Amino acid sequence: MSQLIDKDVAIIGGGLVGSSAALALRRMGFSVVLLDKGFCGAQASGVNYGGVRRQGRPPEQIPLSQRAHAIWPRLKEIIGIDGEFVRSGHLKLARTEAEMASLEAYAARVAGMGLDLELVGHNQLRERFPWIAGNIVGASLCAGDGHANPRLVSAAFAHAARRAGVDVFEQTAVRHVEKASEGFRLSADRGIDIKARFVINSAGAWAGAFAEFFGEPVPLKKIYPSMVVTEPMGSFMTVNIGAEGGGIYARQVERGNCIVGGMRGEPNADSDFSRPTSTGAVTIMSRAAALFPALRQTYAIRFWSGTEGEMADRNPVIGFSRTTPNLIHAFGFSGAGFQIAPGVGEVLAELVRDGESRTPIQSFAIDRFARTEKNLHPGNIPEPTTRGTSK
Amino acid sequence: MSTALRPLIVGAGPAGIRAAQVMVTAGLRPIVVDEAPSAGGQIYRQRLFPDERSPRDLYGSEAGKASALHQAFVQIRDKIDYFPESLVWNIRDNVADIMKDGRHIRQGFSHLILATGATDRVVPFKGWTTPGVFTLGGAQIALKSQGCAIGEEVVFLGSGPLLYLVAWQYMKAGARVAAVLDTAPFLAKLHLARGLPSQPGVVFRGFRYAAELMARGVSVRFGVEPTRIEGQDRVSAVVWRENGRERRLACDAIGYGFALRSETQLADLAGCRFVFDERDRAWRPDRDPAGRTSVSGIYIAGDGAGIAGADAAELAGERAALALVEDAGLTFDHARVADLERRLNAIRRFRGVLEAAFPFPAAWAGSIEDDVQLCRCEEISVGQVRRAAHDQGVRELNRLKALTRVGMGRCQGRMCSSAAAEVLAAASGQPVEAVGRLRAQPPVKPLPLAMASDGEAA
Repeated sequence: MSQLIDKDVAIIGGGLVGSSAALALRRMGFSVVLLDKGFCGAQASGVNYGGVRRQGRPPEQIPLSQRAHAIWPRLKEIIGIDGEFVRSGHLKLARTEAEMASLEAYAARVAGMGLDLELVGHNQLRERFPWIAGNIVGASLCAGDGHANPRLVSAAFAHAARRAGVDVFEQTAVRHVEKASEGFRLSADRGIDIKARFVINSAGAWAGAFAEFFGEPVPLKKIYPSMVVTEPMGSFMTVNIGAEGGGIYARQVERGNCIVGGMRGEPNADSDFSRPTSTGAVTIMSRAAALFPALRQTYAIRFWSGTEGEMADRNPVIGFSRTTPNLIHAFGFSGAGFQIAPGVGEVLAELVRDGESRTPIQSFAIDRFARTEKNLHPGNIPEPTTRGTSK
Repeated sequence: MSTALRPLIVGAGPAGIRAAQVMVTAGLRPIVVDEAPSAGGQIYRQRLFPDERSPRDLYGSEAGKASALHQAFVQIRDKIDYFPESLVWNIRDNVADIMKDGRHIRQGFSHLILATGATDRVVPFKGWTTPGVFTLGGAQIALKSQGCAIGEEVVFLGSGPLLYLVAWQYMKAGARVAAVLDTAPFLAKLHLARGLPSQPGVVFRGFRYAAELMARGVSVRFGVEPTRIEGQDRVSAVVWRENGRERRLACDAIGYGFALRSETQLADLAGCRFVFDERDRAWRPDRDPAGRTSVSGIYIAGDGAGIAGADAAELAGERAALALVEDAGLTFDHARVADLERRLNAIRRFRGVLEAAFPFPAAWAGSIEDDVQLCRCEEISVGQVRRAAHDQGVRELNRLKALTRVGMGRCQGRMCSSAAAEVLAAASGQPVEAVGRLRAQPPVKPLPLAMASDGEAA
């Protein structure tokens, strides 16, 4: 039972990036098909920590991050739910003088970019955040940052896209994609064949294979975040917590559960699924109990993990393919994609409509890895070779 | 060779104890990890504190079996490494993560026998979260372990052999049993006649419980459809339909249950393949007749391998351990294996009879009201599950969890997931096996954040 679908844009991967791009494109009037090999938002977009954070991003990401920052408070209007988004503020702790110096240097580097960072000294920290224990030297507060529920936000974007008229196919892996005379031909599970003028590769940790097929290999690997969730308790953690140098991050959701991360999990036999390591989870629990006295008498009721794609330089790939016209890549968000993803969706829609975006993305070009290796450059586009289907 | 083997047994109930006994006989020294303070499992659970009650008071007709099992454990106690009040909360790559004495220890093993038992299968209906409502197993534990009745005026409700046993035990202990409300029609009990040739003792015992309850004036009703439990801070009455008429009975406590569900999370974490068990209406670890799972070196026995009861658990524990001994290349008693398998097969056939006599109320999932709470930990209603199916097209249990929080709370779906599967299956027009099962994640039960570790201390 095969069917041919003819659309302006085919999007591979229904995570937050693909889903928000689908929604933005549909609202511009494009016809869109969105394909996911599993369920939309069930991988990195749905299983990440849930930080909605600009603070700590490299300066080249800030314009994109600022664009997304404007979208988050409007979720209810855009996707029908607020996604438990709260503008709690994000407090990044320094445990040593060196870490504090690093926070100060960062604040200076991004000054004037709109983050409005506030450096907080030891005494002030004690006064304003008395629920944090330990020898914290100081911190940097980004009051406009916050957190949200990834499990809900990502699925809701896909659901909103569907309501807006996007054809959404879940549990439908794209098995083959190739350049055709007028755009692309894709074949997917369940006998679905697609003809599209544009293809967006937003396949997350699985995007590397599609990029490589079009002659653009990337240093993309899978990473597995590892979260510990406590039982619900009275509200005390008033900001989203991070630490300079890493090792722990924590937030408390409206229902009262605290979510604490800071270690990596490991893949199951089916590497699309993963579990926290026991030692990693226990380490997170110990760190949380040490840093937050209110948690010392509580229980961890569950752990979670998932699969994210990480680039060697920890910056995503966003933008046009350098080998294939009308192919757009957006993947490799390296454990920091949740906040910027809705902004990326808008940028991708602009790329389709205008061929460019008003938000600078040149730092995320895919050929940043290839420039030194091969003489691939725009204007010298090789024809991709045809790969056989797996069917 | 045997000195290099380090078998681990999870659970010190009937299956775990008999498995340990076999290993000790074979010259092995197993580690036995159990959550309870003393051995015996749920069925032969021991008193928390000594009191004047005799084994006969505690275990009724099963007193002989309970005493024999406890005695067997005493005899091997010095020949095993026994971790009571300890929790195996994760298994991966032949290592068990255990919480023992408030510390995290990682225990490697050469072989593993999972004897993790079962919990009550909870079927929610209106008012089931009212204080004073207990599961049948919970009501029984309160009596056996703590010497407490769950109320003064107790109604027992549901389906399954445990219904009559617990009601009878309460009556014997001097509690006032207001009624026994069986959701199965009386005619279903006639199926028990088919079990007479193979398990006459079990059948007669069941009838004796019911007969003695009735002789003491306890009202035993059949074909009951529970409507609601009334009461604000405490149960005040139960309301049900019977032969098309609504009935109401005042009471201050309710023990209810619809058979049992296997505790399978550790088998899942250990990577065992699962199959759907039509009779239990649940996914369970696949196993051969001896209890070998799909993972080499991992065995499963007792109710955690599919519901078969305490007698079968003793036999299956012994059988699985003999398989382990055989697989380890040690000598074992072939005649005993044949005898165990014959007796296990007889009990397994009889389980089919019991299921016909105490059927699951299959119509429940379609008729239960939207506002009934389904997931207690996360406060998710039946209606929310149905809406996820209808509005968002959810057809699978893990997706349901992600979108509604069902099974995401303190119990991690141990209490609610079988009911959630039934409601989702009914709402999405699929058989219950098609909605799948929740993927296990550690920890299988809550862990204190301040648990000390051999790595960084809290």
